[in-house]
Amino acid sequence: MRYLTPRKRAEGRGAAHHGAEHHWAMTVSSVGLAFLVPLWLYIFGSALGDTREAVLATFSRPLPAILTALVLVVGMRHFAMGATTMIEDYARGTNRKLLIIFVIALSWVIAATGLFALARMAL
Amino acid sequence: MADAKRAAPASSGGRPLSPHLQVYRIQMTSVSSILTRITGSAMMVGVILGVWWLLAAATSDAHFARVDALATSWFGDLVFTGSLWAVWYHYLAGLRHLYYDAGHGLDIPTAEKLGWACIIGSVVLTVITILLVQ
Repeated sequence: MRYLTPRKRAEGRGAAHHGAEHHWAMTVSSVGLAFLVPLWLYIFGSALGDTREAVLATFSRPLPAILTALVLVVGMRHFAMGATTMIEDYARGTNRKLLIIFVIALSWVIAATGLFALARMAL
Repeated sequence: MADAKRAAPASSGGRPLSPHLQVYRIQMTSVSSILTRITGSAMMVGVILGVWWLLAAATSDAHFARVDALATSWFGDLVFTGSLWAVWYHYLAGLRHLYYDAGHGLDIPTAEKLGWACIIGSVVLTVITILLVQ
């Protein structure tokens, strides 16, 4: 007879050694992105190929600017966390740490750059 | 696994063998799962080009002219079309993940149909999006 509960035996045994909060954060951001992304694809795709004046006019309107900002922040957070899960499956030790730091830093740089561009166009 | 068991030679004493690379049939469930990771990572190329393009638009006419030429070249078309498909694939696979998480669709026939739905659906949505933003 086992005295440990199945949960106690399973806890911490995955590649990341933890994960409930991570999984929930991915669920929340994925639902958010499911609403944001289709309209954002249409707005960004329509703006692509326009003249600079038209691009500036598009992204100084509230909806395209706010939507792009949300896609950048929620999307880059979702990417950083998803890529972290992937790295935890395939890499070990110092390599794992360096790769996770790189991915998180990259996603913040992309988000900050996009937000700076939006602020400059919209304000 | 059932195939591997049937293919087990008499010399193995009928014991099931590990899947052998030459007879291993890849499954829709594993391929569609791996594609979710690949598309999630690969779409970053399109995101980086897109954000660079936005930064250029915010900066100056000269900078925009340079980056816009790249973003609207055959290379830009390739990157954005590929990333668009990656986004739609990842989108549908994500919806499937939410459906799985709710405890549905986990039997093999349904899971395989959902895999095909992700692949075919993502191509259809990519074509529709390209037509819409023309």
